[in-house]
Amino acid sequence: MASGPMEQFQIDRQVDLFEIAGQTVSWTNSAFWMVASVLAIIAFFVLTMRGKLIPGRMQSLGELSYEFIADMVRDTVGPEAMRFMPFVFALFFFILFANLIGMNPYAFTTTSHLAVTAAMAIFTILIVMVAGIWKNGFKWFKIFAPAGLPLPMYAIIIPIEIISFLSRPVTLAVRLFANMVAGHVMLKLFAIFAAYLIAKGGVTALGAILPIAGTIAIVALEFLVAALQAFVFAILTCVYLNDVYHVEH
Amino acid sequence: MAAETTYIDGEHAAEAASGLPQLDISTWTSQIFWLVLTFAVLYFALSRFILPNLRDTIGNRTDRIADDLDSASRMKLEAEEAEKAYEQSLRDARAKASNVAESTRQSLDAEIQTELDAADAEADRESQLAETRIREIKQTALSNIDAVASDVAGALVTKLTGKTVTDAALKAAVKKA
Repeated sequence: MASGPMEQFQIDRQVDLFEIAGQTVSWTNSAFWMVASVLAIIAFFVLTMRGKLIPGRMQSLGELSYEFIADMVRDTVGPEAMRFMPFVFALFFFILFANLIGMNPYAFTTTSHLAVTAAMAIFTILIVMVAGIWKNGFKWFKIFAPAGLPLPMYAIIIPIEIISFLSRPVTLAVRLFANMVAGHVMLKLFAIFAAYLIAKGGVTALGAILPIAGTIAIVALEFLVAALQAFVFAILTCVYLNDVYHVEH
Repeated sequence: MAAETTYIDGEHAAEAASGLPQLDISTWTSQIFWLVLTFAVLYFALSRFILPNLRDTIGNRTDRIADDLDSASRMKLEAEEAEKAYEQSLRDARAKASNVAESTRQSLDAEIQTELDAADAEADRESQLAETRIREIKQTALSNIDAVASDVAGALVTKLTGKTVTDAALKAAVKKA
């Protein structure tokens, strides 16, 4: 049994597969849970996809997900950004399922690793940059220089805009990673404390009621956070995609 | 870069294991590799199969509802037109019926009028005839009265006086009376 609050984040290298540029790629518990969550997402949508004119409950669930993300993209960016809708959809459900699966006992939370969240965040920002330059050419760099300011102001504004743009992937990655780690550590600490009190036996075992109640409350909170962080990541992606289409603020 | 990371991997493996597992850079390659692979599979499945299917289903439903609403409003329009045509024909029929009644009444009135006129004329003629006859009878009666009066007077005179009176004297006497 894991005894430290950090051991739940341990990555087990089960099989070393091959090397990329001197780095070993292994089959790990993290890889297993990533594959599991992607398969769960695909299974969920394939099973709920009936294509009926009058949807049943399960079909409505799938269609509601579609309309939820479609509305999000349409409302925050605009109908022209619908080509990025599958990407936002994939991001939202990948994070949501990873977070929710991670809530199960003995499961591994893949989004609690900075490598994963940072890779997703950097990829998102790269998409914004590449699509922005692809669509607007070098005019895209105008997003760093809002129009209509007195000339000396640009000396201050442009560095600020560049720094705020570059901090986007950092905040995106750290927000998700830190939320997942904090929640799971807190959960683990309360659970360890409860187990410790019970192991003492006698009257102190009764005191375990309090950390158990705390654990239950945190579980509820963590389910909320799991969904909320997926939503935040997806909607911020939409907000950043706004810079692809609306260069002139 | 690669050599440096392997160096860190080798040197700090024990230290990383006791610290935050997230900061153990030796696991990053595997994580990012599997993330890219699984995310690519997910994106492919979503963008190729799942999302088009959902979009078509929702689109079909929206189209169907729009079609149904369209045909419903079209039918409503048709029904309104039919109602209008029905009312028009009803109005026409009513107008025609009142026309027919009016003309019938007029022709009947005319007929009655001619009949009445004919009857009036007949009655006039009859009454005129009757008046002439009455006048003639009166005349005759009046002319006879003188003769009867002189006869009666002659007879009376003869009976009372025993004298005969001449007709001329009688007539003159009657005329005086």
